[in-house]
Amino acid sequence: MSAEYVLEMRNITKEYGQNAVLKNVTLRVKPGEIHALLGENGAGKSTLMNILFGMPVIHTTGGYQGELLLDGETTRILSPQHAMQQGIGMVHQEFMLIPGFTITENIKLNREISKPNIVSRILGEDLESLDMEAMRADARKALGSVGIAISEDTKIKGMPVGYMQFVEIAREIDKSGIRLLVFDEPTAVLTESEANQLIAVMKDIASRNIAIIFITHRLDEVMQAADTITILRDGKLAAVREKKDTSLVEMASLMIGRGDEGVIAIDAQAKTQKEQIALKVRDLHVDMPGEALHGIDIDVREGEFLGIGGLAGQGKVGLPNGIMGLYPARGEVEFFGEPLPLNDAKSSLKRGIAMVSEDRRGVGLLLDQPIEDNIVFNAMQVNGDFLVGPKFMQLRNGKQVRAFATKMIKELDIRCQSPTQHTGTLSGGNQQKVCVASALALNPKFLFVSEPTRGIDIGAKHLVLETLVRLNREMGLTIVMVSSELMELRSVCDRIAIVAEGKIADILEPNSSDASYGLAMSGLKAEGGEAL
Amino acid sequence: MGDRDLLRRAGHRVKENAREYVVTYIFLVLSIIFVAYSGRPMTDIFYQLMSRLTRNLFIVLALIIPIVAGMGINFAITIGAMAAQIGLLLVINWGVTGIGGLLLAAAITVPLAAGFGFLIGSLLNKMKGQETIGSMILGFFANGAYQLLFLFVFGKLIPLNESVTIVGGTGVANTLNLTGSVGLLSALDGLWRVTFSQALYGITLFAVLGSVLLLILKKIQRVKAFVTIGMALVFVIVYQIPVVNHSLQNINIPVITFLLIALLCLFNVVIMRTRLGQKFRAVGQSRVVANAAGINVNRVRIIAIMISTILAGWGQIIFIQNLGTLQTYAAHEMVGLYAGAAILVGGASIDRATNGQAIIGCILFHTLFVVAQDAGSNLFGDPNIGEYFRVFLCYGVIALALVMYAWRGNSAKKAAAREHARG
Repeated sequence: MSAEYVLEMRNITKEYGQNAVLKNVTLRVKPGEIHALLGENGAGKSTLMNILFGMPVIHTTGGYQGELLLDGETTRILSPQHAMQQGIGMVHQEFMLIPGFTITENIKLNREISKPNIVSRILGEDLESLDMEAMRADARKALGSVGIAISEDTKIKGMPVGYMQFVEIAREIDKSGIRLLVFDEPTAVLTESEANQLIAVMKDIASRNIAIIFITHRLDEVMQAADTITILRDGKLAAVREKKDTSLVEMASLMIGRGDEGVIAIDAQAKTQKEQIALKVRDLHVDMPGEALHGIDIDVREGEFLGIGGLAGQGKVGLPNGIMGLYPARGEVEFFGEPLPLNDAKSSLKRGIAMVSEDRRGVGLLLDQPIEDNIVFNAMQVNGDFLVGPKFMQLRNGKQVRAFATKMIKELDIRCQSPTQHTGTLSGGNQQKVCVASALALNPKFLFVSEPTRGIDIGAKHLVLETLVRLNREMGLTIVMVSSELMELRSVCDRIAIVAEGKIADILEPNSSDASYGLAMSGLKAEGGEAL
Repeated sequence: MGDRDLLRRAGHRVKENAREYVVTYIFLVLSIIFVAYSGRPMTDIFYQLMSRLTRNLFIVLALIIPIVAGMGINFAITIGAMAAQIGLLLVINWGVTGIGGLLLAAAITVPLAAGFGFLIGSLLNKMKGQETIGSMILGFFANGAYQLLFLFVFGKLIPLNESVTIVGGTGVANTLNLTGSVGLLSALDGLWRVTFSQALYGITLFAVLGSVLLLILKKIQRVKAFVTIGMALVFVIVYQIPVVNHSLQNINIPVITFLLIALLCLFNVVIMRTRLGQKFRAVGQSRVVANAAGINVNRVRIIAIMISTILAGWGQIIFIQNLGTLQTYAAHEMVGLYAGAAILVGGASIDRATNGQAIIGCILFHTLFVVAQDAGSNLFGDPNIGEYFRVFLCYGVIALALVMYAWRGNSAKKAAAREHARG
């Protein structure tokens, strides 16, 4: 390794037609370092990686300008296979694993160890028999180096999501001659403890002189793991920083380029909180696969902005889904003093409880329908709004729908071409806003918002949260927000309930100490409140 | 607590099994009822069944590889059958008789079927996700091309002997006889025939000796060896019961044909333990992942279809030599449909199939075929009802398999969405 950099991409420019997505970007990665690549959605990170991997989409749109050097040698990567041969590996955000295969088979996919036999000597190595023993041994070694204790004969199907990520990494490590590994949003699906383990594994890999490009949204992880940070903004190089010379706030502002707004900080304005209990929950059990609740009690006051936090898989998502009747639930729930029947989605909606689902593409939206129809669909079905004509043949009131949709698009700042654009073509943040609009169309008294900022970039996150706060503060809407991002909850909520192992571990103030939150997440209650 | 959990899991497994094999169970019950009402002697039913298995099993087994490779049921094996018929026509025309004639026909089939398979595979690569229906339509389309070839090209452009052409016209005759001087009837089956008892005792001996040998060489677990020996002995003992003995008495078993079938079963298993087989399975389960791992997905799929087409061609040769006549314009028509229905009856689905399912399916499906007409006339006073019923079953099973596949796919998608929601 004579060259100073294992990878050098010099002055890369890429245009799709007239649209320049990368302008003169330079990325330099040293051997054995963890190099974070930061940027909002659309900043050019994926295009840069597509060039690195020689994806067909780059070649079919006219290639790129600039130079790509591997260990100081100018190279042009022709295809993903070619990239693989050059020792560049990728840990995908969407798992590239075959569910019906064992871990061994996945790790060794298309790189199987095989022994020649009579037939293969005549018809070629495709017919060589597999040497499962040798493959298992390799798989065991690779699994050991990522530090997960699971049999290499386990099938991927049914494995916890966190483990799949480690299998992906094990597969890349197992490749011989690997010198550069790209991690694309590896912690997005992991719990906090898994994410910490992942970062430890990354450091371990880096210590073996394999360079890592770490793409992520999570700034705190960057601070934890990275040595060097390259920040892209709008297709341009915004900055390159050594970790020791930068801070969370600086990175966020470089990424967003709008000053300090990047880190979510919405002032908790003083407001009048009513004493009336809006939602009273007693001994609620929800049977939601992977997010079960085992008997929780909680009161939500009218006008409150309550946060529900906790690690993934502990049950926090079960609360809204159970009360909305989407998953089987039992227990006692009172809504403004009246008992609320459970397991009956329509009655919850009718009483004025609305929900923005965490599964916006699956449950929340009709992706190939226009924005305006998505916004009014529930209101039409549940309340019979936006309809004209006699009872037996009601028709959609086009004018009213358009007017309402236009109003919502303006108020929530939904970036679209027109109210008739299909929601499938919107970005994640804008889809989320359509979901919020659709919930608002029901004229709700009470709003559940589940994981509103998952998978959307920081700018859009900020807008979605701001919208929710405005609805709460200005319109007095009672909101319960479920989120995996503690920072987010602490910046907007009045109180935060932490769910662990299907129960409420603690209810905390936004300014409670980190230690109380940490304990609550692991199912413990800080003794003496703020003592820790 | 543990007990209850175990019970619950056992119950769950039974339910899963019932759902996956619902078609198989329905056919089992129907077969029993039909056999009971057909009024035919068991001797006759077993005899008929055995000759149908001889004829059809090979073709049904040819469907497995494309299913594993995620291409659904390859109804285009019809085209493999056409390739075989071209081979047979040439062999009859040239007057090559006996096993030599069949081997020549099989050899001619290989390049033809491989070429056709390449074309079919290339086309199916352009319609991923609709291979089952696509291959079915392709079969119909190819039938047109086949007729053009046999009615016009042969005879007019490629001269043929008078014995195989339409009398007083051009084109290949409607029926080609394989009997008599043509000498292809049972050219394979007739090589070595044994009675049922000979076969049973032979296989028992083989199983017992084999198990003992493997046990001594420590290549097999003791339990497995004893189970094998025990089962073989049970069969022998059951065979001593006069009723059983009597009803199996008439059966002749063509040893070489069944050896070929066994070889194909073995091939289907062994190929999955090679690099190529791993590629079939990977491509079958996820094209996206396979592609990301650097597998040439389209190439693998074409290979799967080529193998299937060649095997189907050989299967058709076995079928026709057993039957003794070649219905030039009809023999291939139902091949895909019947084979597809048979494997589905055995509990295979659009994306999963094993040798066992192919064999069980073939047995059940053809049992029903053997007895349907008689059962129809005894139950409803009309043999046609049985005939209608059997056609209805054929298409019904295929439709059901397609619906169930779509339904399972949807619920899997829902489960994935839930998984996703869980985060």
